[in-house]
Amino acid sequence: MEYKSTAELSSLAEEENTSISEIVLKVEMEESELSRSEIESRMAANLQVMRDAVERGINNKIESGGGLVGEEALKMQSFLNSNPLEKDNIYNTVISYALAVSEVNAGMGKIVAGPTAGASGIVPAVVLALAEKLELGDEQIIKSLYTAAGLGYVVSRKATLAGAAGGCQAECGVASAMAAGAAVELRGGTPEMVVNAFALALKNMLGLVCDPVAGLVEVPCVKRNAAAASHALSASTMALAGIKSVIPADEIIIAMTEIGDQLPSCLKETSKGGLAITPTALKLKEEIFGKK
Amino acid sequence: MSIFEIMGPAMIGPSSSHTAGAARLGMMARLLFAAEIDRAVVKLHGSFADTASGHGTDRAVIGGLLGFLPDDERLKNSFALAEKENMQYSIEEIKLREVHPNTVLIELYNQAAAKELKMIGSSVGGGRIEVTEINGSSVKLTGRMPTLWILHKDRPGEVAIITSILGEHQINIAFMQVYRNRKGDIGSCIIELDQKPGEEVIESLSRSKDIFQVRYLPAL
Ligand code: SF4
Repeated sequence: MEYKSTAELSSLAEEENTSISEIVLKVEMEESELSRSEIESRMAANLQVMRDAVERGINNKIESGGGLVGEEALKMQSFLNSNPLEKDNIYNTVISYALAVSEVNAGMGKIVAGPTAGASGIVPAVVLALAEKLELGDEQIIKSLYTAAGLGYVVSRKATLAGAAGGCQAECGVASAMAAGAAVELRGGTPEMVVNAFALALKNMLGLVCDPVAGLVEVPCVKRNAAAASHALSASTMALAGIKSVIPADEIIIAMTEIGDQLPSCLKETSKGGLAITPTALKLKEEIFGKK
Repeated sequence: MSIFEIMGPAMIGPSSSHTAGAARLGMMARLLFAAEIDRAVVKLHGSFADTASGHGTDRAVIGGLLGFLPDDERLKNSFALAEKENMQYSIEEIKLREVHPNTVLIELYNQAAAKELKMIGSSVGGGRIEVTEINGSSVKLTGRMPTLWILHKDRPGEVAIITSILGEHQINIAFMQVYRNRKGDIGSCIIELDQKPGEEVIESLSRSKDIFQVRYLPAL
């Protein structure tokens, strides 16, 4: 079995009357010659790393490399703890988890790249917050991670997943789309809905540039993870309601590649454009590296 | 490609190229040196030099030299750990010509054994690495597959002997590169394998008359 596009992924799942996660798992078993349980335990280990990162980020101040971030998840957490109504809102949980993992990443902590380290807060935030809310077990979370990975894999066959080559749409944009698909599966949607959620999320992140301040994975990256994660949740809800992306997912991936090619290099991780060359960014850069 | 390259790997942040790749390069230098490191000089080039401390590139290279892989939480404290292990190190900047922007030159020394290693390698994206020079000879070493690095006498038929020994042990060669500095001098052979070679393979290679060194480098 093989899949090269999101269309193939969802039609395979529908033909076999199963989920996208099951197709992704089966293909991985064939390719890697590992058993179902070996793959499961590898993904379970990744899940543990994600959980630990969330815990660490929401409970601790993080010392990041440049010191531009480090207390955002902590602030969210204390805000939520003092506002029960806000705490009950799943979007707020998603935001605080995404900030947490992303800050742990910025502070040389352990994370799971998904698809990259810079975008590593998005998928865990969405699946962990949803699983808590819906009281789902690890088995289901692990399945949703296969779905996320399978969708990301399709992108990687046709496009880049590196900010340096395709801008942030290829990192946070793709992570958001992967998370949206995973969320639909966790929430009981069909394979077609998974692909639509992926499409809706990716479509609305097209054109996002990579312009990190002082070249660090801190600003805008940490808060962008939070934005992309909540965006994923919105896309998954629209898809569950039966809303479809007019432009098919596979065509959006091609559009993303073309946009990435057309983006000038100053907006692709070189820190030579966009936010990175604002007066404040230049001053911060001087402060961080000038005195090195 | 595996799904664990998309939802994974587990690694120490913040950057696959500047942190994970840097740790792999340090680890590769350690494996190539295969002796205790008294002193290490790490010279960072290009983007590696520009954002070294912010991305932990410097700490990651030193961590790799201490034997830490990209998902090892000790990477963050590698400077202190290096001191504890009596490994002297210095981090410098360098401008190399015609190399990838994320490149490092690593020099390792062991005085007692009078050993030295000079390695140039780059982090080429997504945590993947490419070693391009070892002790002045250009090579191409990625660390993605189990690899043998063999130094042998440069003479007709020597490479055939090496490949036939591997064949006898049912080891399949994926890629192979052969280099030498001067005709008739020492040849250097880098062989990437589909599977991990057993001890007996390395022993029979080492026993061969004109083979001076056999070094096994596991996939990183
Ligand atoms: S702005 Fe650039 S460095 Fe930051 S998350 Fe996006 S792609 Fe990664």
